[in-house]
Amino acid sequence: MILFLQQIINGLSVGSVYALIALGYTMVYGIIKLINFAHGEVMMAGAYFAFVVAISSRFPFPIVLFISMVMAAIVGIVIEKLAYKPLRNAPRISALITAIGVSLFLQNLTLVIFKADPKIMPVLIEKKPINIGSLQIGTVTLTTLILAIVFMVILDVFIKKTKPGKAMRAVSEDKDASVLMGINVNKTISITFAIGSALGALGGVLYGITYTQVYPTMGIMPGLKAFVAAVLGGIGLIPGAVLGGFVIGMIETISKAYISSQWSDAIVFGLLIVVLLFKPTGILGKNEKEKV
Amino acid sequence: MDRKILKNYAINILVIIAIYILLKVLMGTGVISRYHQGIIIFIMINIILATSLNLATGFLGQLTLGHAGFMAVGAYVSAMTAVALKANFKGMPDLVMLIISLAVAAVASALVGIVIGVPALRLRGDYLAIITLGFGEVIRVVINNIKATGGAQGFTGIPKISTFDNVFWITVLVVLFLYRLTHSRQGRAILSIREDEIAAEAVGVKTTHFKVMGFAIAASIAGIGGGLYAHYIAFLDPNTFNFMRSVEILVIVVLGGMGSLTGSILAAIVLTIMPEALRSFANYRLLLYSFMLIIMMIFRPKGIFGTGEFSWQGFYDRYQMRKNALLKREQE
Repeated sequence: MILFLQQIINGLSVGSVYALIALGYTMVYGIIKLINFAHGEVMMAGAYFAFVVAISSRFPFPIVLFISMVMAAIVGIVIEKLAYKPLRNAPRISALITAIGVSLFLQNLTLVIFKADPKIMPVLIEKKPINIGSLQIGTVTLTTLILAIVFMVILDVFIKKTKPGKAMRAVSEDKDASVLMGINVNKTISITFAIGSALGALGGVLYGITYTQVYPTMGIMPGLKAFVAAVLGGIGLIPGAVLGGFVIGMIETISKAYISSQWSDAIVFGLLIVVLLFKPTGILGKNEKEKV
Repeated sequence: MDRKILKNYAINILVIIAIYILLKVLMGTGVISRYHQGIIIFIMINIILATSLNLATGFLGQLTLGHAGFMAVGAYVSAMTAVALKANFKGMPDLVMLIISLAVAAVASALVGIVIGVPALRLRGDYLAIITLGFGEVIRVVINNIKATGGAQGFTGIPKISTFDNVFWITVLVVLFLYRLTHSRQGRAILSIREDEIAAEAVGVKTTHFKVMGFAIAASIAGIGGGLYAHYIAFLDPNTFNFMRSVEILVIVVLGGMGSLTGSILAAIVLTIMPEALRSFANYRLLLYSFMLIIMMIFRPKGIFGTGEFSWQGFYDRYQMRKNALLKREQE
């Protein structure tokens, strides 16, 4: 029973990282209908920023995290301006290929700069287990969970209460109508990319700390799984991304612990296929009637 | 068939034979080394994969992100068939063995395509892409973890029976088949689904039937491509059939032009040679490759040929038209 509870907490922690990354996918998809395949690489870039700052200075963890998130936000805005904006009216598949191109580009740029071997992430959060009864939780697991939840709440308040947040919801609802209402669409898209990338970087830093290393291809698998999470919850929906992230993290951890660690990826992707077949719009998605 | 089309076929057959003879002569005289010969074979395998994906994505309009999965099914089935044939029928000619193995691979991939396609093709747009992506990953994990495929250590001892000659002619046959298919009654039905699914259904096209058919044919041809790959490389590692492999094939299709077979052929040639030609840049080559990909997409989002096909006749006609226009201007 204790072991099971432990696995649940691990699952929540892994899930919260997926949820953070999935938020970036879902926000971008909601606003410009693009599967941003470069998002996993933005997450990787975030982890590398934290790595560079941490080894070259003695800043405490919150400042390292802040710098990494700001840098990643800038990377996100630049990617959107240079690569996606010229293709906003092109066929969607061209934009998709461009996203894949950007993803490859970032991966190989990191490879050229830092070489392929994994770098050891400095100890940013001191590792000592916290005991609650006979339950043992690592500080890293706990920090990950708490940080993720805090930022999700901030995001929720931002989107519901502030003006830019409302603009984001308006643009994702109907781009043309929001232009008529006087919303600056370009600025709103930039903000979306900035927030999505910063959250992705947070996920990346936490992922890097959990596995104690960073490497150029670290973004691929978590990126893919976070994307699966976004689709599972209902792509374009922010609560969906969070729910999907936790579901995927939980299933992965439980299947690794109780079924087989080799088959856990197949279980995650298999589940996605099954869910999409029965409810193509995801768990929280609404069915939209197609207009002729 | 009217004369113009016949003439076109004649020209194309002559060009293909000329290319074949030219390559044969160059290989015989040693101008093309074994290394280059390998690249040529990879180009042709990529042509098979890209044109088949083009049928699903370009002509049928269904974005697929798991083509490497079908390739993997074909590669492993073909390899296992060939190993079994070799053990049971000593002295079987290589060509017969290859044809039987590829046929089994094509059928197996088509069946997998139907199993995936029947439920998945009900969904539209990005969802099909995601399901096929998931399927590709599942296939890879399955191959990695079962005994029959050699698991993560890879599959060894595959008969090396793909040669330049048979790969070349199989590629020609595949492209010819796809060309005839897309210009037939069935092909027009497939195109109508891409243009407007609802309208197609309204005029009586059985959309589900043709979607599954197109998808299954694309899968089975990808299986043939995978089989040729297995019999050339003689060793299979499940991790070569990952998500990036599917993406590579998709990039060839989009860059060549979705719905253009000649575009896929040209892009397959360019994109197979490019990473090899950039080899002297070492670590920078994939950086350059991805950079060029982004640039090409930004400036030519529809791909090299768009949905059009390249033909010598069309090339000649355009040349004549330009010449006539020039002559007219001079006379005035």
